[in-house]
Amino acid sequence: MKCADEFRSRDLAEVLLQALSAVPNSDRKIRIMEVCGTHTNAIFRHGLRSLLPKNIELISGPGCPVCVTPAGHVDAFIAAARLDGVIIATFGDLIRVPGSSGSLAQAREQGARVEIVYSPMDGLQLAQAETDQIVVFPAVGFETTAPTIAATILETERLGLNNFCVISAGKVMPPPLELLMADPDLNIDGLLCPGHVSAIIGADAYKPLAEKYNISCAVAGFEPADIVSGLLSLTRQICDDTARVDNCYTRVVTESGNQRAQQLVNEVFTIEDTEWRGLGIIPGSGLGLRDGYKKYDAFARLDLHVEPAPEPKGCKCGDILKGRLLPPACPLYGKRCTPLQPIGPCMVSSEGTCAAYYRYWE
Amino acid sequence: MCLAIPMKVIEVRGDAGDPLMPQIAVVDADGISIDVRLDLTDRPAAPGDYLIVHAGFAIHTLSEEDALINLQLFKEMAEGVRKLDNQAGGSS
Ligand code: SF4
Repeated sequence: MKCADEFRSRDLAEVLLQALSAVPNSDRKIRIMEVCGTHTNAIFRHGLRSLLPKNIELISGPGCPVCVTPAGHVDAFIAAARLDGVIIATFGDLIRVPGSSGSLAQAREQGARVEIVYSPMDGLQLAQAETDQIVVFPAVGFETTAPTIAATILETERLGLNNFCVISAGKVMPPPLELLMADPDLNIDGLLCPGHVSAIIGADAYKPLAEKYNISCAVAGFEPADIVSGLLSLTRQICDDTARVDNCYTRVVTESGNQRAQQLVNEVFTIEDTEWRGLGIIPGSGLGLRDGYKKYDAFARLDLHVEPAPEPKGCKCGDILKGRLLPPACPLYGKRCTPLQPIGPCMVSSEGTCAAYYRYWE
Repeated sequence: MCLAIPMKVIEVRGDAGDPLMPQIAVVDADGISIDVRLDLTDRPAAPGDYLIVHAGFAIHTLSEEDALINLQLFKEMAEGVRKLDNQAGGSS
C-alpha cells in the first residue's frame, strides 16, 4: 500500500500531536482508557506516552483476551491437555499463562501434546491429519476472534469431521466497558475503542455507552497517526463537553461493522454470562455454542468442568484490567514477576499491560 | 494478536458459491506469500485489494482509495485546530 508508510510516519503523527496540544481548554486533567491491549503495546512501542501533553492520563483497559481469562478456565485447558488422545491446538499467547497449578507449557514438558497454531483452521488441519486424536482448541478471544472460530466450526461441519472441538471461552467487549464506565471511582472521560473488534461490531456499538455514561469515544487503528488522531478526537470532545463516537479508522471500520462475520458468529454462538478475571461474572458477556453446535463443545465431549480457582497469589492483574492500578504498583512487578518468569497473565501476553510496562517503561 | 498491516492480494482462488472450494486469497506479507481464508470478508476481494488479517482469516477488505480517504481525514483533523487558532473559537 503506497500510503501505508504515511500512517506510520512521524511527520503526520507530529502534526496531529501539535493539534492535540493546541486544543482549547485542554489544561484540565483528562483520563482516557485505551481498551485494547494492542493499543497499549503500540502506544509504548512508538514512544507516544512521553509525547502527549502531561494532563492526559492513559489507563489500560480489559482488552487482553488471555489476561481476562480466569485461572479456572486455564485449569480446564490444562486438564484437557493431560487427557490421553487429546491434542491442544492453541494461540501461542496462552501457553505460558499460569493456572492455579502450572501452565499448558508445563503440561507439555510433562508429555501432554500442546501445539501452537496461528489460526483455528490450523487446528482443524491437525484434526484431519491425526484422526485417532481429538484436537481441542481453547477459543479465547473477543469479537475479532469469534468469527474465525465460527467459520472453523462450520468448516468442520462441512467436512463431517468429528475429532475437532473447542473450549468456548470467547467474550464480547461492550458489557465490561459498561461495567467500568458505571464505576464512579474510575472516572474515565474517554474511551479509545479497539480497531479490529470494531471492524466486526462497528463504530455504532459504542453509541449506547457514549449516550448513557456521557463518555467520549473514538475508534482508532494501530499506527502512530491512527492512535494520535483517536486521542485528538477524544481530547476535543472532552474539552468541548461532548460525548459521541468518532471513527478515526475509516479504512477498516464502518458504522455497522462486518455483517457477514456477525452472521457467522450468530449462527454458531449464543450470548451467555461469563466470568472475567478481576471483573467477576458479567451478564451477557460470553459466547457459548448454540444447541445445534454443542457436539463441538470440548467440555461436554471430554467431561471437563470449570472449577473455581484462586488467582495467582499477590498478583494484581484484576485491578490492572479494571484500570485501578498501574503495573509498577504491584509489589511483584519486575521482582518476582518478569516476562521470563511471569506470575500473572498480564505479564505473559504480548497484549498484557504488565508486559508492555516491563518492556518499555523506564 | 491484531496484525495492523493490510496485506496485498496477489491472487484469489476457490469459488464463493461452492462450499467445497472455500475462497482463499494469496497475499503478500513482507515478500512471503501466505494463504488467507475469505469466509469472513465483508466485501469481495480482488487482486490489488488489501486485507486486514486476523488468525488466518481476512476480516476486512480495503482499497488504496479507502486508505487515502482516511489519510485525508487525519489531515483535516490536524487542520481543524489551526483553523480554530486563527478564528479563536470557531468550530472544528
Ligand atoms: S506484575 Fe505480575 S504479579 Fe503483578 S499484576 Fe502484573 S502479572 Fe500480576
